[in-house]
Amino acid sequence: MATAVNTVKEKEPFNFIKWAKSRKGQKVLICLAFTIIPLLLLFTFTYLPFGKMVQFSFYKMKYTTPVDRRQFVGWQNYIDVFSRDDCFGALKLSLYYIVGALVQLALALFLATMLSFKVKGGNLFKGLIFFPYLISGIAIGLIFKFFYTRGYVLDTILQWCGFKLDNLPYWLKDQSVNNWALVATSVWRYLGQTMVLFIGAIMSVDAELYEAAELDGANKLQQFRHIILPSIKTIITLNVILSITGSLSAFEPPFVITNGGAGTGTYFVIMNRIAHTSQKVGLASAMAVVLLIIILVCAGLQQLFFKYVFRDAESEEESYKAKKARMKAEKAAKKAMAKGGI
Amino acid sequence: MATMTTKSGKSFSPGAIVWKVLEYFILIFFSLVAVIPVVTCAMMAFKTKDEYMSKSAMSLPENWLNFDNFIEAFQKADMGHAFINSVIVLICVLIVSVIIGTQLAYVLDRFKFPGNGLIRSLFLIASLLPAVAMQVTVFNIMSALNFVNHLYGYIIMSCGTDVISVYIFIQFMENISQSLDESAIVDGASYWTIYWKIILPLLKPAIVTACILKGVGIYNEYYAAQLYLQKKEIRTMAISLYTFVGPMGSQYNLICAGVIISLLPALIVFILCQKQIYSGITAGAVKG
Repeated sequence: MATAVNTVKEKEPFNFIKWAKSRKGQKVLICLAFTIIPLLLLFTFTYLPFGKMVQFSFYKMKYTTPVDRRQFVGWQNYIDVFSRDDCFGALKLSLYYIVGALVQLALALFLATMLSFKVKGGNLFKGLIFFPYLISGIAIGLIFKFFYTRGYVLDTILQWCGFKLDNLPYWLKDQSVNNWALVATSVWRYLGQTMVLFIGAIMSVDAELYEAAELDGANKLQQFRHIILPSIKTIITLNVILSITGSLSAFEPPFVITNGGAGTGTYFVIMNRIAHTSQKVGLASAMAVVLLIIILVCAGLQQLFFKYVFRDAESEEESYKAKKARMKAEKAAKKAMAKGGI
Repeated sequence: MATMTTKSGKSFSPGAIVWKVLEYFILIFFSLVAVIPVVTCAMMAFKTKDEYMSKSAMSLPENWLNFDNFIEAFQKADMGHAFINSVIVLICVLIVSVIIGTQLAYVLDRFKFPGNGLIRSLFLIASLLPAVAMQVTVFNIMSALNFVNHLYGYIIMSCGTDVISVYIFIQFMENISQSLDESAIVDGASYWTIYWKIILPLLKPAIVTACILKGVGIYNEYYAAQLYLQKKEIRTMAISLYTFVGPMGSQYNLICAGVIISLLPALIVFILCQKQIYSGITAGAVKG
């Protein structure tokens, strides 16, 4: 608000209407008017809840407990998060989702590379693989409940392939496979989205590079390794890191399909149950705070990673380009010299 | 090595042909994987009760014009009502979030003021916090504001914090030349006029992209909806499907019909606006 103070000093007494009509006044007013609503919403639904979450995590309370009846328990909720076997142990399930997410990234990269070259019906394939991303989580849950039910879609397909129904597990009950079954639904849902993202990144690479490589006789694998991979490695790394934080907060498949039963309750499913069913708001808040801290640390590490690893890579590339330019210049100079006959 | 020559005059080695075949095989395989769960669900929706009890889940329905399941599902889950609620939520949220989103992007991109960077970081950090975790205490605030079980409460909550569309707007605005603003200022236009008459119309493609992405997201949102819209009259489309989760545990012909009805709008939008959806996904992803 430095501008406001200055105008006040110049013209006394302060005339608000005159100030509001001046350029400076207009600038201040428009900045205030255009940011206040988004900031208010951001504060009310993100940062205020965040503050409350930290506060609640030190109390034993329900949503309905009046403020003066809340019981301060110190760090007890945090101790519970780490010692109760249903809370922190649930984070182990994230490993399934991390594996799934990495498989998804690899498949998406593979399909994106294929679809970036000329393929007949490429748009159709792209559309079909992408569409699951636009279905709501609850509809996906119902589709896959049906898909996995004993003797229905998946079992029928596998029977066509020669498996016997008796040898097939109950996909959603058997604890050795049910988490993989849930992870698969999440891969199914997001594969197309990641693929479209990678196609976008690959398309932004200069097309001349491919033409030049083809002229030089490079095959597709070589083109992939030496042109595509280096130019989209930033977006790949970003997605690897995002998939780790995403896996820690895996929620939808178990919430909708199994409701966390039969050993499929991920951290957030347990947290949701503790908060909204058992109404142990303090404990749930502590769980949320613990995970948010993990996620923010991951995000911070990601920033550091990009700052150091990619800065080096860029400078390397820079020097390579510089080298090339210098060699070109030298060649030109030699030619010129030869022509000049010195 | 023997080579084959095609009409276009390009030559292919046997290896290249094997690779081409393999390529199509892989693409067809993954397309089938993507499609089969939805298609079997659609087939189930056309089957009568006897048909689905007695026959394999993968068999084709006897009568493709059997719409009884759709009608029954539509009525049981009160989907007509739910659809109207979804449309109300969608229109309100899109209008408000486009207006405040473009305004915020305009100010952040065109003016240097103390706090500009801070506001950007506040929005970015907010996007890192997973929604499910935040709802633990957002619930408390929603109750305190008396927003629970009111459509307007859910709408106001959904209008907030959407970094991706703000980011799409800022990115697009960087490509609108500042000289347009400056010449308008010389002509005596106020900042509001510049925003309303110059920037907003030029932002149209970005607005369309952001609206489609956010629209699909809102139409499909169900976690916050099931927390805050518990009364039957104010249910949205996504949570109307909850009707089928409890009491109709195994009537899959009805459930599947409900699912297909609920995803039709998304399918139509997808067929009409593929390009914008793809470009929105690519634009939103570069933010890191």
